[in-house]
Amino acid sequence: MTFAANFSLVLPEVILGASALVLLVWGAFHGKVTPLYTGAAVLALLAAAAAAVVGPHGHAFNGVYAADAAATYAKVAIYGFSALAIVLGDRWLAARGDQKFEYAVLVVLSALGMGVTASAGDLISLYVGVELQSLALYVLAAFRRDDAKSSEAGLKYFVLGALSSGLLLYGASLIYGFAGSTRFEDIAAAAHGTHGVGLLFGLVFLLCGLAFKVSAAPFHMWTPDVYEGAPTPVVGFFAAAPKLAAMMMFARVLGDAFPDSVAQWRQILVITSLASVFVGAFAGLAQNNLKRLWAYSSIANVGYALLGVATGGETGLHSMLLFMTLYMVDVTGFFACLQALSRDGKPMETIEDMAGLVKHRPGVAVAMTAFSLSALGMPPFSGFWAKFYVFGAAMGSGDVLLQWAAVLGLVGSVVAAFYYLRLIKAMWFDAAEGGVDKPQPIARAVGFVAAAFSFPVVLVALIWLDPAARAAAAAFGHA
Amino acid sequence: MTGLLSLTTFAPLVGVVLLLGARALHGDSARTDALAKWIALATTLVTFALSVVLVAQFDAKNPGFQFVEDFNWFAGLHYRMGVDGISILFVLLTTFLLPICIIAGWKSVEKRVVEYLICFLVLETLVIGVFCALDLILFYLFFEGGLVPMFLIIGIWGGKRRVYAAYKFFLYTLLGSVLMLAAILSMIAIAHTSSIPALMSFKFAPWLQTWLWLAFFASFAVKMPMWPVHTWLPDAHVEAPTAGSVILAGILLKLGGYGFMRFSLPMFPNASELFQPLVFAMSAIAIVYTSLVAFRQTDIKKLIAYSSVAHMGFVTMGIFSGNTAGEQGALFQMLSHGLISGALFLCVGVVYDRMHTREIAFYGGLTNRMPWYAAVFMLFTMGNVGLPGTSGFVGEILTMTGTYKASTWTALFAATGVIFSAMYALTLYRRVMFGEIVNPELKTITDLDKREILIFAPLIIGTLVLGVYPNLVFNLTASSVDGLVGAWRAAVGG
Repeated sequence: MTFAANFSLVLPEVILGASALVLLVWGAFHGKVTPLYTGAAVLALLAAAAAAVVGPHGHAFNGVYAADAAATYAKVAIYGFSALAIVLGDRWLAARGDQKFEYAVLVVLSALGMGVTASAGDLISLYVGVELQSLALYVLAAFRRDDAKSSEAGLKYFVLGALSSGLLLYGASLIYGFAGSTRFEDIAAAAHGTHGVGLLFGLVFLLCGLAFKVSAAPFHMWTPDVYEGAPTPVVGFFAAAPKLAAMMMFARVLGDAFPDSVAQWRQILVITSLASVFVGAFAGLAQNNLKRLWAYSSIANVGYALLGVATGGETGLHSMLLFMTLYMVDVTGFFACLQALSRDGKPMETIEDMAGLVKHRPGVAVAMTAFSLSALGMPPFSGFWAKFYVFGAAMGSGDVLLQWAAVLGLVGSVVAAFYYLRLIKAMWFDAAEGGVDKPQPIARAVGFVAAAFSFPVVLVALIWLDPAARAAAAAFGHA
Repeated sequence: MTGLLSLTTFAPLVGVVLLLGARALHGDSARTDALAKWIALATTLVTFALSVVLVAQFDAKNPGFQFVEDFNWFAGLHYRMGVDGISILFVLLTTFLLPICIIAGWKSVEKRVVEYLICFLVLETLVIGVFCALDLILFYLFFEGGLVPMFLIIGIWGGKRRVYAAYKFFLYTLLGSVLMLAAILSMIAIAHTSSIPALMSFKFAPWLQTWLWLAFFASFAVKMPMWPVHTWLPDAHVEAPTAGSVILAGILLKLGGYGFMRFSLPMFPNASELFQPLVFAMSAIAIVYTSLVAFRQTDIKKLIAYSSVAHMGFVTMGIFSGNTAGEQGALFQMLSHGLISGALFLCVGVVYDRMHTREIAFYGGLTNRMPWYAAVFMLFTMGNVGLPGTSGFVGEILTMTGTYKASTWTALFAATGVIFSAMYALTLYRRVMFGEIVNPELKTITDLDKREILIFAPLIIGTLVLGVYPNLVFNLTASSVDGLVGAWRAAVGG
């Protein structure tokens, strides 16, 4: 393969890398955040997404890098949501007089890292992507450096993230040692037919590292603290794109490198998945801060997505991709609403703050109700369809373990229903607490669009999302 | 005419759009509220007219599904609608009760009127959808979606413990429903179709039927509600506003019975036979036990709620008897209970609107001040007891006849329930209506006004007409019920 051919396959990431550098230099010399600057960052992400769509498919650099339908699907979602995060974050920081040009650079860099992981065909490219993404995210969590909670969030995230990277690397080194290669294709060949203890040992460590990144139980401890401390738009970003990227890593590693060891990794994933669902459901019951609450909600949702990964194969990964897509819209919309709301200049972050919201801000209240019902899995909202795919795949797998996991997962969703209802109750049943400031127009608009997607647009959107995700899922396993 | 079914189903949503338009135009004012009530009433009346057209065009001789609409959706799902002799009645019942519900809340609902009406209209669409859906997932969409408006109705416009009641209603029903969802997903995976007619003729392995039946049972038994998962109902009823109680007792409880007839019996015939004794036992206990519980209530609404559970016991018993008399009786009982219990809750609403209490002990001697009200209440009390000549009688006698053939002992226990129902219903009537007025607050209570008479008139006519000429219903349902019973007999070899 010529250099030009390789280059055309990685074009989206090249665009992002170059833009990040340009933005950095621009910001460093100019110093001020202008609409033009933010617009350029958004444009770079959109251009990268477009390049991923129109670009050719194939494997670059001797199989280290896969540009296939799955990567395209993930990249469009990741870059799109990152672009949204830049817009939302910029407005939020501007409202607090805390605009810094590094914000856009960091989001672009983390998006670049996510794009690399989504395309990883090799343990090394996977790790490079993970680290690039994580390092940018650590800084973003601590972005309000004068705020003690934000700094705490960044530090916690960094320390635990470093630990998980260590686990991941250790697992990768074991796999390399026993398979003799870091390429997924070669690992798949080495693992074919034999399940050497060394390889499996490595796989387990690798999975632990990934579970940290995706905040699955029992590696979820950092999530509530980071969500609570980090700036609200950053949390909205954390909960969406990086989660999909981490899920893509699971799919890449398990679908491309260990497709024949399904029976081995399925048990691990089912247990992690159920643990996440129940930790998310029960621990969420005790939360009062909405950011912490949604952290636990995200843990539970990751559990559902992992059930899709555990099902494996085209159906399982298809369900996971759709689940994550629908979840990303919901969670982005929710945090957009949350950042839009304030009372006397102070953010509204607890359930009590939301009391009687429907009286003052009926639009935002209806949108947040839609997100809560969606997260609850109430039909016909998008969250129901997300669960429909995941549980449908598990029930149709013919594996009794997965079927029972699906039933337990559904029961877990009833437990979680209680805290979503608490939020709805506060907004609709309780007496109004006092005035609410005028919401930020852009954040509110994003919230409204996401709510409209959650219902009723999803009923139409799935007609083309469904085959798109299916094509993406079919691409796994051909490393 | 194709499209009529979808038109009927989604007509209430047009009303929702109009309501939002009125709100946008006039803001949050008394004028908006007045206009909104008329819009909602007109919408429900148009929907009722549409469903009457539907019934008029319905071919009663055809046992299959009619007015079928079928469009491809995604992931192998279809937007598939249709009605047969069993479901069309429930559509009619729903559209019939909704205008009454709207008028019932005309004066008593004062806050957030537009939202209140939107909840009812959305609920109407969802409930009609449940009865018309011919695709499992579409069915689940409508079935489960109905929880949200009802949750809001209880939680926003309910009584003192409304939050507790709303949570209990929601979580109880949700737990049952998710188990059903698991069963639905595995059925789709096994049969490779989500079409209800196709699944009715699909033969699931008997061991699988057992699991699927239990999962569906979890959902429908809660919805019904059957003893011992009925405890959410009295709370929900007591706290709900009057119109909410009417819709809950009149329509939402019927979703369970409809589910048994549409899914459990035709799709899992062997499991239905296997679990017949369980259902019979639970029904008999429900009839006897909840009747006794009803007898000890001090709250009028709670008493009627418990009597609902007892009456639903007749329904489940009739459905699982698996013969024509039982099925017809169960259908009829559901229809008649929809009218009678709805009317009884409205009767409670009449005195509650005036006195703001539902304590039985508070009242007494109302016949002196409210003769019309006493007459109306008497009629529906008699209907509740199952007096011949009212619709209540037909359903009870038929379900007992049907059950007698399947299990004599169950019929025997159920028959004692008839006596108990007379006991609690007549006691209630005596304590509230007869005697002298002792409580000074009651000295100025007024009789029914024109609006209230307007609400009760259609229900009185319905109860009496169906009681005297039940064939109105049986003509519609006969061929579908025969099909259902025939298929069941063929499957279990009886």
